[in-house]
Amino acid sequence: MKRIFHLTFTFLRIGILNEMQYRVNFFIQLLQSFVALGTGLVGLALVFEHTTDLSGWTRPELLAVMGVHILMGGVIRAAIQPNMQTLANDIQQGTLDYALTKPVDSQVIVSVREFRLWQVVDVVMGFIVLSWAVVELQEGLGVVDALVFAATLVLGGIMIYCFWLMLTTSAFWIIRVYEMINLFEGLYAAGRWPVGIYPLWLRSMLTFLVPVAFAVTVPSEILVGQSSTQTLIGALALTIFLVVLARFVWSLGVRNYSGASA
Amino acid sequence: MRRYLDYYLTSMRMAILEQFQYRVANYFYMIGMVAEPVIYLVVWSTVAEAQGGEVGGYTPAAFAAYYIVWTLVRNMNIVFTPYGWEGYIQRGQLSAELLKPIHPIHNFLSFFAGWKVVVILFWLPLAAILSLIFKPALDFTWVEVVVFFFAIWGAYLIRTMLLTLLGMITFWTTRVSAIYELFFAFELVLSGRLVPMSLMPVWVQEIADWLPFQWTFGYPIESLVAQLPPAELWGGLGMQALWIGITTVMVAVMWRFGIRRFSAVGN
Repeated sequence: MKRIFHLTFTFLRIGILNEMQYRVNFFIQLLQSFVALGTGLVGLALVFEHTTDLSGWTRPELLAVMGVHILMGGVIRAAIQPNMQTLANDIQQGTLDYALTKPVDSQVIVSVREFRLWQVVDVVMGFIVLSWAVVELQEGLGVVDALVFAATLVLGGIMIYCFWLMLTTSAFWIIRVYEMINLFEGLYAAGRWPVGIYPLWLRSMLTFLVPVAFAVTVPSEILVGQSSTQTLIGALALTIFLVVLARFVWSLGVRNYSGASA
Repeated sequence: MRRYLDYYLTSMRMAILEQFQYRVANYFYMIGMVAEPVIYLVVWSTVAEAQGGEVGGYTPAAFAAYYIVWTLVRNMNIVFTPYGWEGYIQRGQLSAELLKPIHPIHNFLSFFAGWKVVVILFWLPLAAILSLIFKPALDFTWVEVVVFFFAIWGAYLIRTMLLTLLGMITFWTTRVSAIYELFFAFELVLSGRLVPMSLMPVWVQEIADWLPFQWTFGYPIESLVAQLPPAELWGGLGMQALWIGITTVMVAVMWRFGIRRFSAVGN
């Protein structure tokens, strides 16, 4: 366990050092984040120009959802997606051999190799939007709520990671997964709005197939005081299930990998 | 003229054959793209229902029609990207294009036009499925269908020219992605891609009237689904022609100055 932390930390440090070489990218990322935030706010403003609530969600509440969505998007693009893209490339080109021969758990190493520091801008941006939403909600946020909120965020992040890992692992059988990444981005965009507004079939997909509901809507519900204990237990149960399932799918995939003798 | 016609037909045929081989990839790509309009559609249908069944002249069924046709227009809007130009110019691939006795833009125009034929074919079953799910109110005349057919190709031409202008900025500077992002954000809001223009505040609509964006997105959709009066229906094609003219001249001028700055990178 200690070795895994040490390894993760080392890769993190290398990732940061790498990104520090390209400082202009920070400003480009900043601008892109502002543009994305701007279009998000325009969308919200348009909706609330024509109505006062969307399926029971008020403007500040939807602002909170947007904050969580941006924050989680930043986490995905900083830590999850780059690793999974490298993994997909490795599987396709047969260079995964190099990772598999390392004397450490293969799932750990393929999950911590990459880190995109500048994407953290979105995490910060998400926090700012969230704080703004909490101020506008005028309900205050208790310590317990804040802790539960943080916990659901972590659970959501783990679920998204498991989902991505399984998606990428399918490359062991079907080789090309780029289009699926495109599909994920489309579905993740749906999390910008609370999943409750979608028709049932889409809501089920966003809850169990792609766990966007648990990653974005559930944490937001805690902020706006709509959560129930059942949802939290459900989130915990689904996380454990997904972790086990992802582990199983991964080991199945690795066994199926024949390498390409680099 | 004959020469160009031959070139376009051959190049389009090649693109059609090539893209037909990537059926699954093309389909996955199109399905991934459907998420965006479905989100808009659900949000605005919810708003319309909360407002007593209609907002900005659109009922949920009318929104469904708008955003289903949206998916085709969006596909027509996919042209050679500025990122492609960036690569061509920075890596010097443009040199190879310059050796041909024909302006490089014909290469991009004809290749993507051929691809569109495949895209339109593939779109039909997708639209059928979306229609079964969202039950759009589609009520069009054959005149509107004819106008729509020309309007989507007009949109294709305008967008190609706009993105070519954007891409050619790379002749002068190499860090362009920030400019592109800004452009795409304005386009999203001012074209009718985010919402039908009639839902925008009046001042935004007035700004949009001076810009080409709505002729590439909102107008083609509305020509089919919005029962435009004849003057607006035909006038839209006129506006498209005007913008094709303006942007083509701009591309020609910018190309003349830009190409002087291009120093080939050998490969």
